[in-house]
Amino acid sequence: MTDGSLDEIRSQILWNRLIAVVEDQATVLLRTAFSPIVRECGDLSTGVFDVSGRMLAQAVTGTPGHVNSMAAAVGHFLNHFPPETMEEGDIFITNDPWMGTGHLNDFTLCTPCFFQGQLVAYFACTSHITDVGGLGTGPDGTDLHMEGLSIPMLKLASRGKMDSTALAFIRANTRQPVETEGDVYSLAACNDVGCERLQATLAEFGIDNLEGIAAFVLSRSEAAVESAIKELPEGTWRYAMTVDGYEEPITLNAALQVAGGRVNVDYFGTSEQQRRAINVPEIYTAAYTSFGLACAIAPEVPNNAGSLGCYRVSAPVGTVLNARYPAAVNSRHIIGQILPDMVFGCLAQIIPDRVPAEGASCLWNLTFRGNTDRAVNDAKLFTITAVTNGGTGARPQKDGLSATAYPSGVRGTPVEINESVAPLLFHRKELRAGSAGAGRTRGGLGQVIEIESAIGADVEMLAAFDRVKFPARGRDGGKHGAPGRVFIAGGRELQPKGTQTVKAGEKLVIFTPGGGGLGPPSERDPAAHSDDVAAGYVANGD
Amino acid sequence: MTAAIAVDIGGTFTDIVLEEGSRRVTIKTPTTPSAPAEGVMEGLSRVLGEAGLSASDITLLLHGTTLATNAILERKGAVTALVTTAGFRDVLEIGYETRFDQYDLMIEKPAPLVPRPLRFAVEERVDVYGNVRTPLSEAGVKTLVPQLEAAGVKSVAVAYLHGYANDAHEQRTAEILYDLCPDLSISLASKVSPEIREYERFTTASADAYVKPLMRRYLADLDERLHAAGFSCPTLMMTSGGGLCSLSSAADMPIRLVESGPAGGAIFARTIAEDLDLPKTLSFDMGGTTAKICLLSEFRPQMSRDFEVDRSERYVKGSGLPLRIPVIEMVEIGAGGGSIAKLDAMRRIQVGPDSAGADPGPAAFGKGGTAPTVSDADIVLGRVPLAHFAGGDFTLEPDRAVDALEKTIGAPLAIDATAAAIGVSEVVDEAMASAARRHTIERGFDASDHTLVAFGGAAPLHACRLAQKLGIARVVVPPDAGVGSAVGFLRAPISFEQVKSLRVLISAFEAEAVNELFGHMRQDALAVVRAGAPDGPLTERRTAYMRYVGQGHEIPVPVTDGILGDGEAQTLRTTYEAAYARQFRRVIPNAEIEVLSWGLALQAERPGASVGVDGNDEGDEAVSDAAAPAPKTLETGILIDPVSGKGREVPLYQRENLTEGSLLEGPLLVAERQTTTNVPEGFFVRVAPSGALILEAQP
Repeated sequence: MTDGSLDEIRSQILWNRLIAVVEDQATVLLRTAFSPIVRECGDLSTGVFDVSGRMLAQAVTGTPGHVNSMAAAVGHFLNHFPPETMEEGDIFITNDPWMGTGHLNDFTLCTPCFFQGQLVAYFACTSHITDVGGLGTGPDGTDLHMEGLSIPMLKLASRGKMDSTALAFIRANTRQPVETEGDVYSLAACNDVGCERLQATLAEFGIDNLEGIAAFVLSRSEAAVESAIKELPEGTWRYAMTVDGYEEPITLNAALQVAGGRVNVDYFGTSEQQRRAINVPEIYTAAYTSFGLACAIAPEVPNNAGSLGCYRVSAPVGTVLNARYPAAVNSRHIIGQILPDMVFGCLAQIIPDRVPAEGASCLWNLTFRGNTDRAVNDAKLFTITAVTNGGTGARPQKDGLSATAYPSGVRGTPVEINESVAPLLFHRKELRAGSAGAGRTRGGLGQVIEIESAIGADVEMLAAFDRVKFPARGRDGGKHGAPGRVFIAGGRELQPKGTQTVKAGEKLVIFTPGGGGLGPPSERDPAAHSDDVAAGYVANGD
Repeated sequence: MTAAIAVDIGGTFTDIVLEEGSRRVTIKTPTTPSAPAEGVMEGLSRVLGEAGLSASDITLLLHGTTLATNAILERKGAVTALVTTAGFRDVLEIGYETRFDQYDLMIEKPAPLVPRPLRFAVEERVDVYGNVRTPLSEAGVKTLVPQLEAAGVKSVAVAYLHGYANDAHEQRTAEILYDLCPDLSISLASKVSPEIREYERFTTASADAYVKPLMRRYLADLDERLHAAGFSCPTLMMTSGGGLCSLSSAADMPIRLVESGPAGGAIFARTIAEDLDLPKTLSFDMGGTTAKICLLSEFRPQMSRDFEVDRSERYVKGSGLPLRIPVIEMVEIGAGGGSIAKLDAMRRIQVGPDSAGADPGPAAFGKGGTAPTVSDADIVLGRVPLAHFAGGDFTLEPDRAVDALEKTIGAPLAIDATAAAIGVSEVVDEAMASAARRHTIERGFDASDHTLVAFGGAAPLHACRLAQKLGIARVVVPPDAGVGSAVGFLRAPISFEQVKSLRVLISAFEAEAVNELFGHMRQDALAVVRAGAPDGPLTERRTAYMRYVGQGHEIPVPVTDGILGDGEAQTLRTTYEAAYARQFRRVIPNAEIEVLSWGLALQAERPGASVGVDGNDEGDEAVSDAAAPAPKTLETGILIDPVSGKGREVPLYQRENLTEGSLLEGPLLVAERQTTTNVPEGFFVRVAPSGALILEAQP
């Protein structure tokens, strides 16, 4: 046996170890986070980077929006804070939407990691902070500064000592100072755990830097994605979609080019950036587009600078998919989460058996605010975001998934937990019959949700819903999924976007959208159809 | 003289252990899924025959079975209906609204145990405080009866929103249904799993209802056969929580019987740990298809209330049905001796979860298997003494292992079969180390100061390397490791544990409400425990599941015994902060703390249960001064070191020939019928009085 043989094995084991380290880092963050959407739903991200800022491993969590956007953030940190000035125990922070992960609620922290006195790696993490002041969660803002606290590229800790001034600023600019500061500490702690584990790993493997393993990880990953891309025909494929928008419908246009083992997606022809906060920074456009590409082309290859480098994403400056500072971006997820459907629309023209029809795609997060009777920490107000979903698009061999998030991976919130933290009473949360787009395979079903105040008070709803005017479309003869709808029972329609009041005693009704169907409904297996009828998923005549 | 028998029906094998004083007779037979009670009776008569005893000599019978689990996996339970709050018919199907694999577009979620046409809604509503918002529509319940009958429903789960906070509607529904259809089996969510979070509670209640008719039949059948065969002793069932309960308690809440085998394994590890006075251990059970790791702290296995059954992607978290019942917490990964190795798109070696099983088995079995397995790698690395495999009854063909490894792993990576074998072995050991490390981190422990207790056929081959990766200095390989779970049954206490949600802010702590809750829980637990242990002293353990308000994970914190005073609030706060700091290195100043749920475990030790086989209680650490004579070497073989890649000639010993006081320096191998212990370079091995092999790393 040659030494080279053992090097191969050791490199593989070390790669596995790096992935385990960032998963452990994510575990620590998940278990200590205060923000409910982080701990109940996994809205977080962790990763390890080499000294030149290339991402080597990232934990698989619930947030495609952080795929390679957190990675880009590390590059920005290195530009602002030259590595040679960094010391052990330093921590850097930002929530800049253009340099981080797309809106002010995401705090990104970066910690240089030292081994035997030498800088060997960076650990970074991102999580969603519930409240950063401003207007609160929703698409109502018309510029960034209405959306709350901006943290520029800052040094949060020097040689292990937290900057009390920075923390005081943060506390003063949120409605939840205790929780927000707790989350900052939780982010810092998870990077520390990652770094300690890396130090132990280097000692165990008897190496003092990550150069060798970085080359191994990145080249293997790049080669794997490249060879998967090379199995696709070369050329350019286009797809267009109209989505609801806030004040006007928005047109999305994508051109997906396969060439030379790379995929380039460009959004030329997409609508201009908007006045309201549905704009998307390009970094976030790239994240969701890359995620869609990875799912369809090389799902088994882990995310790192090598694999993600095979996908290039661009959008013209000033469009809704590459909004300029100081555009309002709080609800950038609405359009961001629709981008994998754009990718699938292009790829369906070359690999129709590997991609689904359009789905509800955008999370239907129910954000409410109002007075509460259950005061904690003397607060008289509550804010809650209940995560809910519509149906996913029909898949070539299988139906779409009902009431399931895609592309987001966050969990729905239990009704009993919602009712324990907010004075709300849910009257209904069930699958929505007839909402699936029919087809050879049908879409997933949406849901019907009915809510009223549990204490007879007015409640503010911060709506951020899509697929209300323009439903998820079927493909190849499949029918469209049912569009979403928001209204008061026996009363008025509500707007799908913007802050509105549900009055005391009124019952809010929400229909989440169904997924699109695939292929002609006439080709559906009759047994599958009669099962659907028996279950009440579809009306008998459908 | 007492004589006890433990019967552990596993997926593949049924293990039976008879213990009479210091004597132990063990039997391993294939499981007979079609006639489980018959299989038990046959095994019993065999073990009695071997021991020369009769049924009337037996003073206690202990039993664990995978029957309930299999019914769920194979969807062979009763036709089950769910009766639930109007508006929430689809809780079972909506689930977590998430995908267990982020990147796989084609996943299939596990189907709920109750399909939509059998999920019925009733007008009623209780709020989060337990107040009735809408009274139960008794007429609505009554109108369900003809529908249930028409659909041939045999079992019903009743699960209402916030039923854990007020169970009156569920109780009343059960009364009405019982009056109208007395043959219907009924499970109440508020009884099976009285905890907040509707998806988990409803699913647990449905699973209980789903297996209940089957388990009732089985337990009654077994009871009858036992009496007919002359057994007059009590029979106790092993639960997932690691305790024993009476047959009637088991029939009442059969969902508690899932995963009893692994729980027995954890109790087995506990016994070994107590015997050797090792308070911090990690049990490591590696068989043919999986490896299970359990953390024991102060001799006690970690408990959890999160468990998943029927994972559609084996071992992928989130792909199964969640059961919220007290279980001994274990991490399980799809890595065993039969796990298949292959390369992925990045030419990385991947091991499991697919397994070659017993048929065709590893390539070296020569039964047609061509895929390289972990066992094939072990064989190529010289860890399996060919002449002594399975006591010499079975001929291995190592050339086939070499071929398989070369073809699948070696050639594409341009390495030879030996390097490929090292790769497979290292990948599997690394995966187990990662799982163990994450498990200990989650619990706020450091794996490195624990002792590894290795059992199951493949564990002693991999234990030392796993220990090295975890920084662990000591490994114990107990005797009778092949039937460890059944031995564990013999050591288990009679116990019952329950967790109930009652949200209490520490700043507004009222002892009275908590005392009342514990009073009820103790009554429930007492009934179960006394059914199995009519007298004898009891120990009670109470737990508060606490968190900072706003956080999602609760930490279990011990609660003071006896009637609580208002001062308990301060005690809970202090204990919680200490526990939080241990796990997460800091406390959160000024943050409000709450208790979400309360747990109570009541147990009665069985006399003699915790004593080792030989009744040797003088402590094992006293190594005899007199040097034992050097044991006989059977032969030598070439053992390859996975770190250096170098082969070295090493001696092979028969385990029976090693006696107390022997101290041998690795590398060496110790063969026994069920497994081989691999003692690599850098480890010493000695034999404890109980017969356990103690492997210690050179400092």
